[in-house]
Amino acid sequence: MIDTLGLTAERAAALLDAREVTAEELAGAYLAQIERHDGELHAFLHTHPEQTLEAARAIDARGRSGLQGVPVGLKDLLSTRGVPTTAGSRILEGFLPIIDADVVESCREAGLVSVGKLNMDEFAMGSSTEHSAFGPTRNPWDPRLVPGGSSGGSAAAVAAGMAPFSLGTDTGGSIRQPAAFCGIVGLKPTYGAVSRYGVVAFASSLDQVGPFALTVRDAALLYSVIARDDPRDSTNVGPREPVSLPSGTSLAGLRIGVPTDQLAAGVDPGVRALFDDTVALCAALGAELGETTLPHASDGLAAYYLIAPSEASANLARYDGVRYGLRVDAPDVHAMYEETRRRGFGAEVKRRIMIGTYALSAGYFDAYYGQAQRVRTLICRDFAAAFERFDALVLPTAPSTAFAFGDKVDDPLAMYANDVFTLPVNLAGLPGLSIPCGLSDGMPVGFQLIGPAFSENRLLEIGHALEQAIGFDARPPRLSRGVA
Amino acid sequence: MALTESDVRHVARLARLGLAAGEAERLRGELASILGHVSAIAALDLEGVPATSHPLDLVNVLAADEVVPAAGVEAALANAPDPVANGFRVPPIGA
Repeated sequence: MIDTLGLTAERAAALLDAREVTAEELAGAYLAQIERHDGELHAFLHTHPEQTLEAARAIDARGRSGLQGVPVGLKDLLSTRGVPTTAGSRILEGFLPIIDADVVESCREAGLVSVGKLNMDEFAMGSSTEHSAFGPTRNPWDPRLVPGGSSGGSAAAVAAGMAPFSLGTDTGGSIRQPAAFCGIVGLKPTYGAVSRYGVVAFASSLDQVGPFALTVRDAALLYSVIARDDPRDSTNVGPREPVSLPSGTSLAGLRIGVPTDQLAAGVDPGVRALFDDTVALCAALGAELGETTLPHASDGLAAYYLIAPSEASANLARYDGVRYGLRVDAPDVHAMYEETRRRGFGAEVKRRIMIGTYALSAGYFDAYYGQAQRVRTLICRDFAAAFERFDALVLPTAPSTAFAFGDKVDDPLAMYANDVFTLPVNLAGLPGLSIPCGLSDGMPVGFQLIGPAFSENRLLEIGHALEQAIGFDARPPRLSRGVA
Repeated sequence: MALTESDVRHVARLARLGLAAGEAERLRGELASILGHVSAIAALDLEGVPATSHPLDLVNVLAADEVVPAAGVEAALANAPDPVANGFRVPPIGA
C-alpha cells in the first residue's frame, strides 16, 4: 500500500508514469488515508469515494500522461456540478450546483481526480475554521490547535496526506496563513490571474483561488492548471506568461526587500527568529538584501475590515430563501427573508453583514468604504515604490504559529489581527507565496514572499531555491507510520 | 460616535437579518468595538487620492454580443425551495 503522507503530486505522477501504481490504486490510497485520519481532523465536508474511484478508473482505461490521475481536494466554496457545495454554511446545506467553477473544470480537463470538498470558515470569513457551521478542522501537527483559515481543510488535507495538493481561496490570507500553520506551501495568485467563475463570492475585489501543495514545484503545477483567461469572469485576465516549473537553487542577482516597519508590530519571538534565519539564508544563496517600508500598510487592517464586509454584505444578499439554499417558512416574504438569514448564517457572517451594511448605508459610504478604497490606493503605491528597488519583499506569513481552539473565536479583533501580514497583499492585488521555514515549539512557521503583479514565476523560483536550502520535512511526526 | 441598539435594529432591517432575543445588545457591543477600530481611517486626510476598486491597471472592453446557451428552466429550478410552474413561489408581501 502506498504511503500518501509526504507524497508529492510530482512523485505520484511519476509512479503513474512508471506504472508502479494505477490511478485507481492511487485514489484508493488517498481515500484510505481520509478514512484513517479524517474522523479526527475533519478536513472534509463531503467525500464521494465511488465517484472518485470511477473517475480514476476512467483515466486508467483511456491511458494517461502529465498530471492525469493525480488526486486533488477542493475547498467547499468551489462549485462542483451535482456535488454538495456549502461554503461551510447552513444556508447552503444540501445545495447542488448546476455548474462547475472554472477552476474545477480546469482540474477535470487536466485529468485531476477530486477526492472531496474541504472544510472552511463559513463563507471564508475567519482564520481558524472555527466559524465552519459543520465543526472545525484540526491541525495535523497538533489536533489541539487550529489549522488556520479560512481554507483550513485544504491545508490540513495536504499536510495529512489526504490529498497531494488542493485548492483554496485567499481574500485576506486564507491560503497563506493555513499553509503556514500546517507546514505546507500556499500560493495566492495575482488578482485576475485565475477565474472566479463558480466560486462562492465573499469579497469580489479581493478573492482569488490558489493552490496548496507539499512543494513549491507542486504548487506551480496546480497553478499552471488553474491560471487561465475566462470570459465568464469580467475581472479575470489570466496569467501574463506561461507558468514555468522552478528548478534553480541560487538567488544570485535577485534583490529582496524586508519591510522593517511592518515587523515592528508584534511577532512571536519563535516566528521572528526563523524569519531572520530565512532572510539570512536568502543572502547566503546570493540575493542582495535591503530594508524598505510600507508606510500605509498599517492602515490596511482597518481598510480591509471595511472593504471585505461591505462587499460581503452585498454578495450575501443573494441568500434570501427564494431560489436555492435554506428557506425558513413565514407568513410574509420579509419575515421569510429575515428568518431564513437569521437561522442560516453563523455569528461571524452576521457580524460582517452588519458591519458592511452599516458602512454602505446612507451617510457613511464615503467615510468608510470610499475612504478604505483610497487607503487601498496608498498601499498599492507603497508596494509599487518598494518594487522599484526590489524583485520581492519578504514578511512572516502570520505573526504566530497555530493557536488553540477558543483562543480568538470570541474576540473578532484578535482574530482579524492574525491577517496583518497577508491582507495588504490582497488589497494591492499582488501574488504572495508562503513556504514553511522551520518549526517553533514543534509547530510550522511560514515565510511569505510578495512580488509585483504577475511575478508568480519569479516567486516560485525564489521559493523553490529557499525550499531546497531549508529542507523542511512536511510530514507531521504524529502521523508518520510506525510513530503514532 | 455611540452606536445604539436602535441603530443595530435599523441596520439589521436593511440587511434583512432577523435578530434573536438579546442579539441586538450583543451585536451592539461587538460592532461598536470593530467600528471603533476601523473608523480611524475615516479621520485620514486623503484629499485628492483616487479610490482603487481593481488593483490592476485595466481598461474596459466590450464583449461580442453573442447568444450563448444558458442553464435552462429545469436546472435553474433544481435547488428551489418552492418551485412552481417555471417560477419561484414566495409568501405574500405584507401579509
